[in-house]
Amino acid sequence: MFEKALTGSKRYWIWIFVLLAVIGAGFLAYLKQYEYGLGLTGMSRDVSWGFYIGQFTFMVGIAASGVMLVLPYYLHHYKKFGRLVILGEFLAISAVIMCMLFIFVDLGQPKRVMNVMLHPTLNSVMFWDMVVLMGYLVLNVIIGWTVLGSERKGTPPPGWIKPLIYLSIAWAPSIHTVTAFLYAGLPGRHFWLSAIMAARFLSSAFASGPALLIILALIIRKLTKFDPGKEAIQSLGKIVTYFMLTSVFFLGLEFFTAFYSNIPSHMASFKYLYAGLDGHNQLVPLMWISTILAVVSIVLLINPKFRENEKILALASVAVFFSLWIDKGFGLVIGGFIPNMFEGVTEYWPTQPEMMISMGVWAIGLLVLTVLYKIAITVKEEVEL
Amino acid sequence: MKLYDGGKIIFGLIIFLGLITIPFYFNAGKAVAPPKPKLDTPVIQALAVKECVKPKEIMRAEHMRILDDWRNSVVREDDRQKIVIGGKEFTKSLQNGCLKCHSNKKDFCDKCHTYMAVNPYCWDCHFTPKENKS
Amino acid sequence: MSIDRRVFLKIAGITTAFGLGGSTLINGLKKRGLEASELPFAGKQGGLTAKRWGMVVDMSRFRNEHDIQRVIDACHNIHNVPFFKNPKHEVKWIWTDTFNHTFPGMESEFMMEGLEEMPFLMLCNHCKEPACVRVCPTQATFKRKDGIVMMDMHRCIGCRFCMAACPFGARSFNWRDPRGKDEDGRPFIRKLNPEYPTRMKGVVEKCTFCTERLAKGLQPACAEKSNGGLVFGDLEDPDSELREILRTRYTVRRKQELGTQPSVYYVIGGNDDV
Repeated sequence: MFEKALTGSKRYWIWIFVLLAVIGAGFLAYLKQYEYGLGLTGMSRDVSWGFYIGQFTFMVGIAASGVMLVLPYYLHHYKKFGRLVILGEFLAISAVIMCMLFIFVDLGQPKRVMNVMLHPTLNSVMFWDMVVLMGYLVLNVIIGWTVLGSERKGTPPPGWIKPLIYLSIAWAPSIHTVTAFLYAGLPGRHFWLSAIMAARFLSSAFASGPALLIILALIIRKLTKFDPGKEAIQSLGKIVTYFMLTSVFFLGLEFFTAFYSNIPSHMASFKYLYAGLDGHNQLVPLMWISTILAVVSIVLLINPKFRENEKILALASVAVFFSLWIDKGFGLVIGGFIPNMFEGVTEYWPTQPEMMISMGVWAIGLLVLTVLYKIAITVKEEVEL
Repeated sequence: MKLYDGGKIIFGLIIFLGLITIPFYFNAGKAVAPPKPKLDTPVIQALAVKECVKPKEIMRAEHMRILDDWRNSVVREDDRQKIVIGGKEFTKSLQNGCLKCHSNKKDFCDKCHTYMAVNPYCWDCHFTPKENKS
Repeated sequence: MSIDRRVFLKIAGITTAFGLGGSTLINGLKKRGLEASELPFAGKQGGLTAKRWGMVVDMSRFRNEHDIQRVIDACHNIHNVPFFKNPKHEVKWIWTDTFNHTFPGMESEFMMEGLEEMPFLMLCNHCKEPACVRVCPTQATFKRKDGIVMMDMHRCIGCRFCMAACPFGARSFNWRDPRGKDEDGRPFIRKLNPEYPTRMKGVVEKCTFCTERLAKGLQPACAEKSNGGLVFGDLEDPDSELREILRTRYTVRRKQELGTQPSVYYVIGGNDDV
């Protein structure tokens, strides 16, 4: 089926080459970082994880959200998702690849990355994160490719794929739960030390992932002859609505516990993020943009009249995506490191090379996504026409 | 059986073969003699028994494993037992052991490593003795 | 049996993948190194041993800058700890900070005079329940039998999970090559100790309670130069000098509520001489 990605319109090839150019620029920036060390980034002794790990965390959520299509379709036989399900699985593949790349570019000694497998350490959450991410990637590649292949031949998918699909449904929440455990089990990081962390991760994932899928589905309908279906997109809209509400609710719970208890160490990070701490307030505007976007998106989503208008739904989805992208891809990780272990404040802002490398990883993800979607959509167009 | 696009395929194969054999063209006729690590350092000259922890052949093939073994036992198991050769004690250490005798890193270590095109990262952290000549 | 191109490519691809992956796996699992018994070892050498090493920081013994700097220099010079001007890239094994920064949560509205300005020495706590060891994905940081939390610089992949986990800020990452030079051409390591290695960029480092000195029967460098301000000893030995101090003086540990069980105790005391 891969040959389908090798023929395409002029527009397709321009897009591919734009992505390749960005990847190239990102790669050059990475070479510089490899040579100089991670000191090239904005990270420091106090804020020892930054944009890379934030993006990794956010992308794990996007990957996990594929289950929001797979589960209704395969467990509840919700046929409307039939046309979208492959897009969800392929989005998961590209998201997991981005996760792995973001971890890789964050390593101080990338050449030794295999040590994680050569010295498996069962008590390390990072080891398990690697296991579940690898597993999820393999599952989605096998399932997506096999089901699409059968569709192309006009045959029902082979029987052995069913158990794998059920496994992948159970697997999806695990990847984001384990990722939350990277943070939620650390003594002394009060901002992260919260039992609701995994639940918050999952709810924000199931809002941001489907929101991205809505945007992608609308783009696909515009650019190709393939229509993912109006009703399917509306169902996704409902999923985004409920999980965005849950996500904001969970964040509210964190606020309540921190501020009603009035325990200084629990309030400090929230204060830094939303109001500034000891005169440091670099992230405050960003966090308020996230908050405003969240409110706007909820207002637009919660009213069915608005939501049923696809233009408004698209707008709301963009708002959800960026609101959560800021909250999880930036605030969550940086906020956990501020204040530091001595209750001092060292601020963080990504540097230019750091952004270039991140853009490169995003471009790789988009390239994988483009190629996979091109294959899926061409197959679907052929089957239908 | 018919070979479709035969011309293109064969042309492509020729280019491919040309590319992967580049290293051979580059080095053709330039036979490089295998290096002989030098052993004439002042410390070794002064030794009564010129013996390393293992015979030469084993050292040549296994020194990286021995070093790996040492670093694990010293760093991870705190096993710092000395090695006795000809009544003389040697520390299980690259920097404070091996290099005390083999103070000529350039002629002893680098020669072979360069020849074999290996680039061990030992020297990123471990100091090498000062050398006068190259 | 005839196979088409598709099947052939599939088999070829899978075989290659298994071949490459398999050989890596086998090489990784194969027992590396030689049997220890094959080498002529001298047998165990004398060195300081303990069931669980610990330390008491007696603040009454640090009277001025000089007392403290001497201790810090003793450590940083022998371990080739680099000096980075940029505070974001700072590497430190032993350092000082104020009371409020050393003991967050213990500060009060009305504090004893002079306490806030006192420079408290901090180093790795060598916790009994170290969070850094729990999270390390490669066992590059691990707890030795004598309680010392050790770093294996050869194995560290530089993921910095341990830095996120350590509640004491005891860990430093090499954001740059410590062997390099700053803008003015000054090497980051001011004085080289040729007996001890440096680190490389991209690994995490911290205090090791001077394992290399303990093996030679020497006290940690900081304790040796502290004029009794840093008392090093076996926490599990009721007869040790360390335990005698813990029995007779009121001591505190940093962030005890987190349950990591630090092995470094502080005598904050007043100005009383012992």
